[in-house]
Amino acid sequence: MFPSETSCWFIRKVIWWRAAASIAWSVLLLPPTTAVFVILSKFSFLHPIQTVSDCLSLLMSANSIFSFILLGGVVIMVGFLILEYYTVIPTIACSKIALLGQLLHPRQVVNSLAHGLMGMIVGWCCAVTVGHRYETLGYPARSSDGHPQMCLNEYHLVFLLAGAFVGFSHSLLGVIHNINYVYFHTVQQYKYLHFKGSLPLVVKCSAIQAFYSMRNFIVVYFFLGYIPKTWICKTLTLHLDSSVHPLDSIAGLLDLSLLYHLWISATFLLFTWYITLLLFRIFVTEVYSFPVKSTFTDDSHQCLPKVLTDNQPMILKFLALQDLALLSKHSPSRRSEVFSLSQPGGHPHNWNTVSKECLALLADLTQRLVAYHETVATNGRAKSLSSGSERKTSSETSATSGTEDLMSPRPTFLMKTPASIFARSVARGPHSPLTSPFTSDLDSPFASPALRRLTAPVDQCSPWHGSIQSPHIMRRGPQLWSTSTESHANGSPPPSPASVPSPKQEPAKPSFLAQFLQNRKEQVKNFMAKRVLIMYLFNKLPEASSQALFADSQAHIWALEALSYLVQASFTEDQFGVVQTTLPSILSSMLHLQEAVDRHFKLPHASSKPVRSTNSMEDFAFKTLRFALRATLKTSIYRITTTFGSHLNAVQMSGEHRKRLQQFLEFKE
Amino acid sequence: MCSLALFPPPLPPGQTTLCESNNELLSGANNSEDAQDSGPLSLHFPRESLKLHSRTESSSKAAFLDHSETLWMRSAAAWRDGGFTGLLNEVTTSHAEVPKWLSVTSGCILALLRWVSSFHGSLYPHVTLSSEDMIAEFSQVLNWPDCVVRAFAWHPHTDKFAVALLDDSIKIYNPKSAISPTLKHRLQRNVAAVQWKPLCASALAVACQNCVLVWNVDPCSLSTRPSSGCAQVLSHPGHSPVTSIAWSPSGSLLVSASPLDTAMMVWDVAAESCVPLQRVGGGGVTFLSWSPDGSHILACTPSALFRVWETRMWTCERWPCIKGRCQSGCWSPDGSRLLFTVQGEMVIYALTFSGSPGVPPSMVKGPQTAVVVADLSETTFNGPDGDIIVGGEIQSLSWDPRGERLAVLLKGDPQAANRPAIIAVFKTRANPIFELLPCGFVQGELGAEARLMEFHPNFQHGALLTVCWSSGKITHIPFYFLSSGVSHVDLSRSPPLPHPHERPADFANQSLFTELIS
Repeated sequence: MFPSETSCWFIRKVIWWRAAASIAWSVLLLPPTTAVFVILSKFSFLHPIQTVSDCLSLLMSANSIFSFILLGGVVIMVGFLILEYYTVIPTIACSKIALLGQLLHPRQVVNSLAHGLMGMIVGWCCAVTVGHRYETLGYPARSSDGHPQMCLNEYHLVFLLAGAFVGFSHSLLGVIHNINYVYFHTVQQYKYLHFKGSLPLVVKCSAIQAFYSMRNFIVVYFFLGYIPKTWICKTLTLHLDSSVHPLDSIAGLLDLSLLYHLWISATFLLFTWYITLLLFRIFVTEVYSFPVKSTFTDDSHQCLPKVLTDNQPMILKFLALQDLALLSKHSPSRRSEVFSLSQPGGHPHNWNTVSKECLALLADLTQRLVAYHETVATNGRAKSLSSGSERKTSSETSATSGTEDLMSPRPTFLMKTPASIFARSVARGPHSPLTSPFTSDLDSPFASPALRRLTAPVDQCSPWHGSIQSPHIMRRGPQLWSTSTESHANGSPPPSPASVPSPKQEPAKPSFLAQFLQNRKEQVKNFMAKRVLIMYLFNKLPEASSQALFADSQAHIWALEALSYLVQASFTEDQFGVVQTTLPSILSSMLHLQEAVDRHFKLPHASSKPVRSTNSMEDFAFKTLRFALRATLKTSIYRITTTFGSHLNAVQMSGEHRKRLQQFLEFKE
Repeated sequence: MCSLALFPPPLPPGQTTLCESNNELLSGANNSEDAQDSGPLSLHFPRESLKLHSRTESSSKAAFLDHSETLWMRSAAAWRDGGFTGLLNEVTTSHAEVPKWLSVTSGCILALLRWVSSFHGSLYPHVTLSSEDMIAEFSQVLNWPDCVVRAFAWHPHTDKFAVALLDDSIKIYNPKSAISPTLKHRLQRNVAAVQWKPLCASALAVACQNCVLVWNVDPCSLSTRPSSGCAQVLSHPGHSPVTSIAWSPSGSLLVSASPLDTAMMVWDVAAESCVPLQRVGGGGVTFLSWSPDGSHILACTPSALFRVWETRMWTCERWPCIKGRCQSGCWSPDGSRLLFTVQGEMVIYALTFSGSPGVPPSMVKGPQTAVVVADLSETTFNGPDGDIIVGGEIQSLSWDPRGERLAVLLKGDPQAANRPAIIAVFKTRANPIFELLPCGFVQGELGAEARLMEFHPNFQHGALLTVCWSSGKITHIPFYFLSSGVSHVDLSRSPPLPHPHERPADFANQSLFTELIS
C-alpha cells in the first residue's frame, strides 16, 4: 500500500491511527443515521404513533442487526478506499481526453466497481429496511393459467440497481471533482466543532446529489431497464408478473412513493459515505506537532528539520510544513529552538535546514513558472519563432541564472521537476518517463498506478499535454526534463551551479528543419481542427493548466508564511543572528517568485477571478490556490519590509531587486 | 476610577480643540481660514455637494403601468423577487385564479411563518428592523443615517485614508499623490464600515448592505474611477446587512458580522471562501474588533452577551452582560486588555487577558469578572453661557496604537441643546498599574458634533485623532507627547508647536485617583 521505508513511521504511527479513528467514528455514527433514515422512510402523516412503534420494532429486529453489520462493513470499506486513494495534491486534467484517461485508469475502474458493489449492498439494506413491497427479489404468484410460480419483484431490483448506480456515479464524480483531494483549512478548529460546523453542508449536498443521481438513474432505467430485468429473470428462473405494471415505463416510474423512497435511500447512502470522507479529512489534516529538537538520537528522524526534507509521503511533508508555519506564527518557545545553535560546534543546523528547504520549494515554483511562461510564450506565436522568442528566452536565462547564484548552497535543479517533490515514491522510478512526455503514455490505462501517481501532476500540468505539438518543442521538451532527472537520479549535486547545463541554452536558432516541421504541424493542426470530436476532446480546459501549475501551492504558502514569520520574529528573538546570513537569499527568492507570479497572472486564463465555491463536498480550494499564493507572497514580503524597515538597505542584493524592495517599503505594490 | 468631574471644563462655544502639547489641550478661536490651513488632509464634504439617491424604494415597479400576466408568470416573478414567502403571498392574494384548497393552504403556511417569525422577533427584537435601521442601530458612527461621512479608515502603514460618504461612494486620499480615486459599485450600498488590509498596499474591505466588497486599489494607478472589476464580492446567503468587519493583523483573514446571522464569517479573501463560526445564543453579531496582536476577537451580539474568540483554535468565551448589549470595545496594543462599554450603562469596563501566544489555548485562563475603570455619568459644567451637561451613554471607543490616549465618543442628547455629543480623551497608562487619567474634551466648530473618530495607526510624535463632524468636515487633532515606552532621543524631532494658550490654573493640582485591578 505504502512504500515501507524509513519515513514510514509516520504512516504507521499517525496516519493509520487517524484513519482508524475516523472510520470508527463513522461506524459509530451509523446507528443514529439509520434511525433517522428509518423514521423518514416510514413516516406517515396519518398514523404518527404507529410510525414510531413500527420504527422501534424494526430497529430491534434481527434483520436490521444484520443490515447494520452489512452497513458497517460498507463504511469500513469506504474508509479504506478513501485512505488508499486520498491525495494532498489534486490531479487536474488539462483536457477532456486526460479526464477520460483518469476515469478509465484500472485503479480508478476498480475503485468505481467497488463503490458500485457497495452501493448495491446499501441498496439491498435500504430495500429490506423500508420493507413492504420492496423487501424480497421474488414473490409467489399465480400465472395466467393458474399455475403457481415465482415472480420477479421489480421494486426490489430497482433499489439494488439504484444503489449500484449512485455508488458508481459517486465514484466517477469524485474523480471529476477531485473528491479525494484533502485540503488543509486555514482556520484551525477542534475536530468536534469542525465536524459540527460542516454537518449541515453534508446533509444538504448529499440530498442534492441524491436528487440528481436519481434523476439520471430514472432516465437510464427507463431506456435500459429491460436488460437487467430479463437477465435476472433468466439466471434465477423468475417470471415477470404480467398483472403488475412494468417499472420501465412512464406510468410505472411516476410512482411518487417509489421515487421518495429511492431518493431518501440515495441520500442515506451518500450521507454515510460523505460523513466517512469528512471525518477522514478532519482527522488526517489535524495539526501534528513535530519536535524541533529531539532529546534522544533514536527519535532524530521524527524531528521537524529531518521530516521537512523528506519527500516520501506527501502528507508528511505537508503536515510538517503546516506545523512549521504554525510554530513560526504562534510559538516563541519553539521558534527559539529553530534559532538555536547546535551544542558542540555552534552551527545553526535547524535554521539552515528549515530555510534551505523552504527556499528550495520557492525556487522550484519559480522555475516551474518561468518554464511554463516560456513554453506558453513560444506556443503563442508558433509561426514567428525568431527574434521575439529569443529575446524572451535570453531574458529568462538571465532570470534563472540569477536564481542559481542565489541558491548556490543547494542546486535548484534537484527540485526542478515537479515530480521530485510530488512523488510519493521517487525511488521507484529513476528511469521515470519524464524524459519523454509523449512516448510513454502516462494517461494510458495500462501504466502502473504507482507510476501514474508519481507522474500525474507532471503530465497533467505539462503544457504539451493534450495538444498537437510542434516538433521543435518536442525536441526541447525532453531535454528540459532530462537534465533534471539525470541529476536527480545520480543523486550527486553538480559541483557548481554554473556548470549545470542550463536547459534554457537549448532553444537555439530555429533551423530550416524546424521551420519545415512547423509548417507541417500547422497543416496537421488545421486538418484536425475540423474534426469536432477531436477538438472537443483535445481542447484545453480553460484555467486548468494554470491550476495544475499551482496544484501543490499549499506547501509554498506555508513555506512563505513560515519564512516571513520566522524572519519577523528574528528581529527580536534571534540572539545569534543566524537569520541574518540567509536574509538576502530569502528576500531575493521571494522577489524572484513575485516577478514570476506577476508574469504568470498577466497570461490569459490565469488572471481571472476565483470561482465561487458552490455548496458541495468537493473542495474547490485547489482552484483558488494560485490567488492565495499571490496574496500570501505579497503579505510575506510586506511582513519582512515593515519589520526591518530601512535596515533592509544594508542587505546586499541586485539593483533590480533593490528597486522592487523600495516599492514595497513605500507601500506601492 | 476616573470620572468626568475631574476633566477640565468644555471650551466655550466658538473655540475648537487644536492639539495637545505639554500635557494640555490647546484650543483656538473658530476661524474657518485657519481650519483650512491646518493641513492638506483636512477635508470638507458639504452635504449639498453630494448627489443623493432620489428614489428610496428598491424596486422600480411603481413607475410602470400595471398589466395582467398569467398566474405562472406572476408566481415565477414573486419567487424571484420575494422567495418562498413572496410566492405564497402571490398565491394567496389571487383567489380567483387558483383552486381554493391551494390558496387556503398557502394562506395557512404564510400565517404560520409569520407567527414563527414574530416569535423570533419577540426573542430578538432587532430582527424586525429594516436593514438601514439595523446598521444605524449597531454602527459605531453616531446618528449613522444622517451622517455625511459614514465610515473612515486610515491605512495601517501609510498616510492614506478612505472615506465612505452618504452617496455610497468611497474616496481615497493620499497626501503624496494628487489623485484621489472614487470607488463606486452596484452593490456598494449603505456602507457601515471600511478597513484596509494590513500588510498590503491596496486592499480595502467595505461592509455593504448585502455583501463585503474587497477593493484592490493600485496605489500607482492614475485612474480616478477604478472599475468595479477591481472589487471582489464576498457574499454568503443570509449574511446581510454586514455591520462590522475586521482584518486579522497578519493580513491573512477577514471576519465579517451581520446582526441577522448568528454565524460570524471568517473569509479567506484571496480564495473567496468562508468558514462560518456559529454559536448558539445572541441572535447575531454586531461588532467585531480584532486585538492588535491577533490573538483575540471581540464579537458583540444584539442581546446582552458578547464573546471573545481566541483565534488559534477558534474557541470562544461567553460574557453575559447584565444590562444591555455591548456597544463598543477596543483592545490595548499588546492585546492583553479589552475595554468595552455596555448600552444603558455609563461606565467603561476592562478585561485583562494574560495568555501569551505561546501557551496552548486550554491553559489560558481568562479573567472572571470585568472591572469598571471609568465612570462617565452625567456631569454639569458651569460655563459662561449656561450649564453644559456632559456624559451619559457611550457610542464608541478608540485607543491610540501606542496605548497612551483613549478617545470616548459620548452620545449626548440630540434634543437637549446643552447636552452635546462630545469626545472625552483619557490618558492611559498600563504600568505599573492600569489607570485612566483625564486629558480633556475635544470639541469642534459651533454646531458641529463629532460622529466618528479614529486614531492614526502610526503617528510619529504621539497620537493623531481624526474626527469626522456632522458638518461633513474631517479634522485631525494631534496629541504631542513622549511615549513612556520609547526612549527620549528624538526630542529634537518634535514639530514646532502652536502658541500655547492661557491655562486655567485650578486644574493643575487636582488629585487623580486610580483603581487597582483586583
